[in-house]
Amino acid sequence: MRFSGSASYVTTRDLNLAVNAAITLQRPLLIKGEPGTGKTMLAEEVAAALGLPLFQWHIKSTTKAQQGLYEYDAVSRLRDSQLGEAKVADIGSYIVKGVLWQAFECETASVVLIDEIDKADIEFPNDLLRELDRMEFSVYETRQMVRARQRPVVVITSNNEKELPDAFLRRCFFHYIRFPDRETMKSIVDVHFPGLKPALLREALEVFFELREIPGLKKKPSTSELLDWLKLLLAEDIPPEVLRSKEQKAAIPPLHGALLKNEQDVHLFERLIFMARHNR
Amino acid sequence: MLIDFFLHLKASRLPVSIKEFLTLLEALRQHVIEHSIDDFYLLSRTVLVKDESHFDKFDRAFGEYFRGVEALPGMEVLIPEEWLRRAVRKHLSDAERARLEKLGWEKLMETFRQRLAEQKGRHSGGSKWIGSGGSSPFGHGGTHPEGIRLGGRSENRAAVKVWERREYRNLDDSIELGTRNIKVALRRLRRFAREGAADELDLEGTIAGTARNAGWLDLKLRPERHNAVKVLLLLDIGGSMDDHVRVCEELFSACRSEFKHLEHYYFHNCVYDYLWRDNRRRHSERVATHDVLHRYGSDYKLIFVGDAAMSPYELLQPNGSIEFNNAEPGAVWLRRLADTWQHTVWLNPESEHSWQYRQSTSLIHNLLGGRMFPLTLDGLERAMRLLSK
Repeated sequence: MRFSGSASYVTTRDLNLAVNAAITLQRPLLIKGEPGTGKTMLAEEVAAALGLPLFQWHIKSTTKAQQGLYEYDAVSRLRDSQLGEAKVADIGSYIVKGVLWQAFECETASVVLIDEIDKADIEFPNDLLRELDRMEFSVYETRQMVRARQRPVVVITSNNEKELPDAFLRRCFFHYIRFPDRETMKSIVDVHFPGLKPALLREALEVFFELREIPGLKKKPSTSELLDWLKLLLAEDIPPEVLRSKEQKAAIPPLHGALLKNEQDVHLFERLIFMARHNR
Repeated sequence: MLIDFFLHLKASRLPVSIKEFLTLLEALRQHVIEHSIDDFYLLSRTVLVKDESHFDKFDRAFGEYFRGVEALPGMEVLIPEEWLRRAVRKHLSDAERARLEKLGWEKLMETFRQRLAEQKGRHSGGSKWIGSGGSSPFGHGGTHPEGIRLGGRSENRAAVKVWERREYRNLDDSIELGTRNIKVALRRLRRFAREGAADELDLEGTIAGTARNAGWLDLKLRPERHNAVKVLLLLDIGGSMDDHVRVCEELFSACRSEFKHLEHYYFHNCVYDYLWRDNRRRHSERVATHDVLHRYGSDYKLIFVGDAAMSPYELLQPNGSIEFNNAEPGAVWLRRLADTWQHTVWLNPESEHSWQYRQSTSLIHNLLGGRMFPLTLDGLERAMRLLSK
């Protein structure tokens, strides 16, 4: 099994290497990077490229590690007992399997995505140490041991909101997705909009990277925003000349709402434009 | 050889562990990579370094270690052309070779040699691993600027070695801050506390309670979680702080989005009888420091931001302030503030080494019981850890 990007997902050489190392040595791969650089997409693409089933576990601030393994649905059992149902006697029928359990049970190897692990409580990664290391856990209620038939490929993403514990990091491989440079960006756009006019693309990239250079933006536009914007430009059929007209710098690029998502950023941008006009 | 490499990383104060090192060896044994130093760089970084703030440190350590390996003098002139030619045949695909032939072998070799000579003059990188790397001269040669583009392998477009470009420099945690870094550190201040009315169903508690009641439903409620960190921010503005205003403002804007209760005031050099909220109207709209002392409860966390650079008189003498006749010296005010809010830190944008050379800085440092931290990510971390105790 070797991963080297796919038709719809452009990877860099270092990312390929990290993914392949993680697959070969069966370690979890921790992915960090700016929002919108395709961290979550990676797991989907790895699964698709290797032809493996994908199990996704999206973490929220209230998620507990236990929920990824299994949950004991005590409330249903209580209700059933009040109604006098027969299945109450079997505690196993109230155990709900979590994402990791499903992946462990899978006949083939699989890909597990643990998305935005930093959203959870600070102890969350520590609670999963053994489960990710040995790929096994025990179910207290039924005194049962669950072991992975095939060790899944685990991809973990983080947005850096919390520090992850050292013990957890030691068990992972780590890759930081850098913001793509102009060349990579071009190939990313090529993959998504194969028929895009070169002129439009060039102007759009110019505007886009210029926009990212503006100091003090709260949220710099990223790859996904660029793709959305291009989609809009295409839909509106805006000619490339409009993007870089003569009074460039003094004009607001069309449909800029797709690139700047923050009111303060739009204000800042408009002020800069205003100043540029003023200085002319 | 790799043990030395590992020890070198350790000596460069990278947090690498033996387990990770063994994993790296395992990866090499399983042939995750070909024999190329670029791949080895990427692999060892993936396996050994777990935080992008250490990337720069790693780049430097890697460069230092492998410079010794590269530095085999005179290597480039000794490569026989015939051998190179054959090696190129071996390592390039037919299509690539066809493209190459179009350019002309002579021209390529010419450029290649020129490149080698130039490279030698500029710095001793690139060319020299042709010998040391061994198996794939052109792959390594690929790290030469033009050489590789002529060869048509665009994947390896690195002209300067990756680790020598030091692209992760601004992610290192011991240098000055950008907004992103500050946010990371300030998040440490986030502490979820349960306060307020009980209005969320405590399912676990309800189940336990109901079971204890032998089936009678016993509803349990608990207060919702929310961020209860309160911060009072005092910023030094003007004078010697002008250099640092930008950093302070970044810190400030980062704070804004982080806390629900954030109050800020400005002062100049040291805190005296009055503070102000808007620097443009500092003379018309000012607030008595005593009012501030009484307004905010002791559960606030007090953060000073200032370079603490002033004449010692401003701290120690009444009427010492440069713009105001103060009845009590600055030190009294500082002590008063620090006594009111148990959780107090001072963030200083000047580098930690220079503190001891300024009398006022070490005075304040002592006054606050050593709770002064540099305005770097590392300093912020330490400050926040202290504040959340």
